[in-house]
Amino acid sequence: MNEYKGEIRKMMIILSKGSIENVYAAFVLANGARMEGIEAEMFFTFFGLEALHNKKLDHLHVATVGNPAMHMPTMFGGLPGMEAFATHMMKKEMEKLDMPEVREFLDILKASGVKLWACKLAMEMFHYTKEDMYADMDGIITVGDFYHQAQGIGTHMLFI
Amino acid sequence: MEKMIAQKSISVNEEGYMTDFAQWTKEVGEEIAKENNIVMTPKHWEVIDYIQNEHRNDSPLSIRKIGKSGVVDIKEFYALFPVGPLKTATKIAGVPKPASCI
Repeated sequence: MNEYKGEIRKMMIILSKGSIENVYAAFVLANGARMEGIEAEMFFTFFGLEALHNKKLDHLHVATVGNPAMHMPTMFGGLPGMEAFATHMMKKEMEKLDMPEVREFLDILKASGVKLWACKLAMEMFHYTKEDMYADMDGIITVGDFYHQAQGIGTHMLFI
Repeated sequence: MEKMIAQKSISVNEEGYMTDFAQWTKEVGEEIAKENNIVMTPKHWEVIDYIQNEHRNDSPLSIRKIGKSGVVDIKEFYALFPVGPLKTATKIAGVPKPASCI
C-alpha cells in the first residue's frame, strides 16, 4: 500500500491581498506545487478577489505606502505616479525572469490543474457577481467548503 | 555516479538526471520513462525532441515556454507527463533539471 512518508500531497493557498507581490507569491506557490506533482487549490478572499476580477486583474499594483520593505519615505511613496512607477519597474524585472502577466498566469494555473475558488462572503461584501470574474474560475464557495476540499493526508494550508 | 540503463553505463546525479547528454539514446530515454511510469507515444517523443533542442541551444526551460512551444499546450503537457511534467520530461530527455520557478 502507499505508505505515507511525510511528503506534501496537496497545497491549499488562501489569498487575501490584491497587491502584485502577494498575488505573484500565491501564484508561484501554486504553480510550483503543480510542477512538483503536488495538487493545488486556491481560495481568493477579500482583496484577493482583485486577482480574479476581470476588470481589475490586469491592473494590480505594488504598495509604495505602508510598505516599510520598500525603504521609501511615506511622503515620497504617496506622490502621484509613484505606485504606477514602482509597479512598472517590478513588472519589468518579472518579465526578464519569464514571469507571465496575471491573466496569462491564471491561464497557466488552470491548465496545470489548479482549482481557483472565490470566497462567497467576500463576493457578497464587494458586490461582485460571477460574470465579473475570470471565466475559468471553478466556483464560488464558503470557507467551510474549502476546508472540506483540504481533507486528506499530506495537505497543507497557507494564508497570504 | 554510474547506472545501468538499457544495457549501457550511464552517468547520473543523485536525483537520476543524466550528467552527460552525449550518452543519451532513445532506448535510454525509453527506460527512464518506464522507471517514471510513462508510456511513451509519438507525442511524448515530440516533446522530448523539443526539450533536447532547447538544451542544445542553451535555452532555459520553463513551463510557460513549453506552453508556447507549438508542440503542446500546458494542459496537454500535464496529460502526457502527469507528475511534475517538466522534471519528468527533462529526466527522460537526458538534460539537466530546470531551475525555473515557472
